[in-house]
Amino acid sequence: MALLDVSDLTVTFQTNDGPVNAVNGLSFDVAEKETLAIVGESGSGKSQTAFAIMGLLAKNGGATGRVEFDGADLLSLSKRQLNKVRSNQIGMIFQDPMTSLNPYIRVSDQMAEVLQLHKGLSKRDAIAEAVQMLDAVRIPDAKARISMFPHEFSGGMRQRIMIAMALLCRPRLLIADEPTTALDVTVQAQIMKLLGEIREEFNTAVILITHDLGIVADFCDRTLVLYGGQIMEEGPTGDVFADPAHPYTKGLLKAVPRLDRDTETLQTIAGEPPDMSHLPAGCPFSPRCEIARDYCSTRPLVLEPLGDNRTRACHASLAEMKQEMQDG
Amino acid sequence: MFAYIVRRLAVAIPTILILVVISFLLMYSAPGGPFNSERPLPPEVLANLEAKYGLDQPMWRQMISYVWGVVTQFDFGPSFQYTDRSVNDVIAQGFPVTLTYGLWSAFAALVVGVSLGVAAAVRQNSVLDYLAVGITIGAQALPNFVMAPILVLVFTLWLGWLPGGGWNGGQWEYVVMPVIALSTSYMASIARITRSSMLEVLNSNFIRTAQAKGLPMRRVILRHALKPALLPVLSYLGPAMVGMITGSVVVDIIFSTGGIGQFFVNSAFNRDYAVIMGITLLVGVLTITFNLLVDILYAWIDPKIRY
Amino acid sequence: MKLAQPDAKMLEEVGQLAEVRGRSLWADARARFFRNKAALAGLVVLILIFIFAMFGGLIAQYERDFVDFSLMGANAYRGVPSIETGHYFGVDIDGRDLYARTVQGTRISLLVGIVGALVAVFVGTLYGATAGYVGGRVDNIMMRTVDVLMSIPFMFVLILMLVIFGRSILMLFIGIGLISWLDMARIARGQTLTIKNKEFVEAAVATGVKPLTIILRHVVPNLLGIVIVYATLLVPQMIIFESFISYLGLGVQEPNTSLGALMSLGTKQMNNGTLWMLFYPLFFFLITLFAFFFVGDGLRDALDPKDR
Repeated sequence: MALLDVSDLTVTFQTNDGPVNAVNGLSFDVAEKETLAIVGESGSGKSQTAFAIMGLLAKNGGATGRVEFDGADLLSLSKRQLNKVRSNQIGMIFQDPMTSLNPYIRVSDQMAEVLQLHKGLSKRDAIAEAVQMLDAVRIPDAKARISMFPHEFSGGMRQRIMIAMALLCRPRLLIADEPTTALDVTVQAQIMKLLGEIREEFNTAVILITHDLGIVADFCDRTLVLYGGQIMEEGPTGDVFADPAHPYTKGLLKAVPRLDRDTETLQTIAGEPPDMSHLPAGCPFSPRCEIARDYCSTRPLVLEPLGDNRTRACHASLAEMKQEMQDG
Repeated sequence: MFAYIVRRLAVAIPTILILVVISFLLMYSAPGGPFNSERPLPPEVLANLEAKYGLDQPMWRQMISYVWGVVTQFDFGPSFQYTDRSVNDVIAQGFPVTLTYGLWSAFAALVVGVSLGVAAAVRQNSVLDYLAVGITIGAQALPNFVMAPILVLVFTLWLGWLPGGGWNGGQWEYVVMPVIALSTSYMASIARITRSSMLEVLNSNFIRTAQAKGLPMRRVILRHALKPALLPVLSYLGPAMVGMITGSVVVDIIFSTGGIGQFFVNSAFNRDYAVIMGITLLVGVLTITFNLLVDILYAWIDPKIRY
Repeated sequence: MKLAQPDAKMLEEVGQLAEVRGRSLWADARARFFRNKAALAGLVVLILIFIFAMFGGLIAQYERDFVDFSLMGANAYRGVPSIETGHYFGVDIDGRDLYARTVQGTRISLLVGIVGALVAVFVGTLYGATAGYVGGRVDNIMMRTVDVLMSIPFMFVLILMLVIFGRSILMLFIGIGLISWLDMARIARGQTLTIKNKEFVEAAVATGVKPLTIILRHVVPNLLGIVIVYATLLVPQMIIFESFISYLGLGVQEPNTSLGALMSLGTKQMNNGTLWMLFYPLFFFLITLFAFFFVGDGLRDALDPKDR
């Protein structure tokens, strides 16, 4: 049985211009110790998916569908029950380490309170354990620095603290929402390396949310490509990368700058990221798709299996797509 | 920290000196001295009086001797109106009264204002929120010189619960209405400031982190959100204090509490310059001290501030 | 043809983009403001109050300084508000028509509030923009001066001034003008600091435009939004301020009056059963303040939509 089983998840925000769906009937699962990448541009609904799982949607947002974690539907849990799952079972790392730690509270207190709350440790024990965890995420001189305030750490260090904090209770699932976006490139690599090591060490399943395909390739078992709140395609990372089954994935992959190929221009996908309040009734990607048919924007998408462990959602068949996108 | 306080004091002292000079010049240039009454005094008596109070000296000498007295001995000189009393006596009589109901008002405004603001923010767009916003807007607009007589009308004349004025050594019945009249509009302001800053803080990323940690909402608010949400309230306390001292004039007049406000107005109309200056200076020093305390407190709460 | 097609497509896209951009910041703000019901209601009330203050006197049946000696002191039973007698709002303790006086009081209170706000806009904006733009030591000295002025108990100094130099509306304006610009200067300075580093200012500096011209042409127009918001919220503060001075009897002098002075008279006659003497001025005082509060809040949300 899957550790996390999301089915038909829809996230809706009430805005001044009426309700807007950020995520539209999304289904996927994550097995124990598996790493899933959720890939998409900004506004594709990938972060809102994570927030919906954790019950962290903004006040004007609501989620429907089922999010089963270890057999229990997180969406129908009471606040008190949900708080027992948060951090204890599912840890989360956020995009912006500069603002995600409370600037007014010492790191020691921010970390210790997690263990005090979930594990009932005394403050002294909790801090001792927090120091160990900071050591594990390679923060030098953790024992002395744990009593500092967040603003006394660099961005990369703060993200390490966030990771340590999310792992304190040894959660079975770690959701990393664009963990490296706000960081320098060299620091990005360090953080990804750390996440990889930590994953092995703690046997955690990971959902990695990112727009950066470059970091997905050697990190994730499976990849889910999201556009306009819907799945475009999903499958083992190697297969998706080697043989993309959706025009959008193809475009995304082409847009990754590569050193091993001799191209003069950086490829991009034409058009702008989708406006979630005015999505077409059919395929959300159709306005930007180079092989779009007339009916693409009106006929609803269906997620079809492709082989044993892949799915894709496109009105063009795989063969048609491959032929029409031959030259790129 | 110590250097910071010293630096702030270095600014405070010239401020007080400027205040002394301004008020002294204002008084000096005033047409008509303190002894010009409707029934003119005989010239020789007037001359004697002016000599006694040093008013026949040149301006700069009067100013220097005044400043010297204030700085070296906290001596604000004799009152012109109350012949047997010095300004220090007047302040010693009025200030404890003002301080008593002033502190109670500040306390009430803070506790009620912050609680109301937090509750309204946490239950945003609920009935409670709308009620709180409505009450606070109303309370901010109602001048205390209108509110105070209404309080007297209701609690003294209609219900007969509270005495309509006086001080009586600060017994609680005599303190209640002055405190309500003085604190309500500041309570309202504090509630509004708390509400909006709390809403902003609750939308910040670190609150989301705290929620993701599985902390109960009460702890998220009290431990993670309250401190940053109170910083704007803290900066409001300086102006609020100045406003309360000013408002105490009205309270003193309506409730005859006998605080410094009452003495100030009496002296202003009687041209009792010594008392006016003494009180103005006292208020100025209080303001500056209080602002300094607020800034130190601010620096203490916000770890990002370096002195 | 292979080239032409994407070109046409691009042109079309650019056209669409231009259409979107065509809605300027101000148009957006206006749309947001008009969607805000409370602010819109405030604006309507404000317009009605202005009409009342300007033209309300036309339907008054009595001059505001006409004293009806037959009603003096007897207003509690013979000066009740009534349409028939022409004393719509009743008569005050001196036998004067309260309607005519309320019209004038509203006019004076609005005048005081708006003049105070205007002084703040002109002096405060220029002062703050200059300090922020010039920066360095000048900024330091200018803002320290504001700090020093802020910690002076101005109400006391103003009372002193009014007592010494006599009570006049000019003195009141000077007193209000003296304090109202301080906050505005701080706000304008803070905003200038962020504008200063924008590209268009750097471009102006690079092309050799004089500092004063830059401040007036490039900095001040970009301060307008926040200045308008703050000025709107400053008007009610000034009106409250004036009412306090009037309460002490140091404000506008008879036969002229303000809402503060009228309310003050009203509270003193409360026990005589002439509650209308308090009620009508208080009503206009409160709705004026509420209207300004709501419009100011609406403008802030419209011009600075960070809450959404």
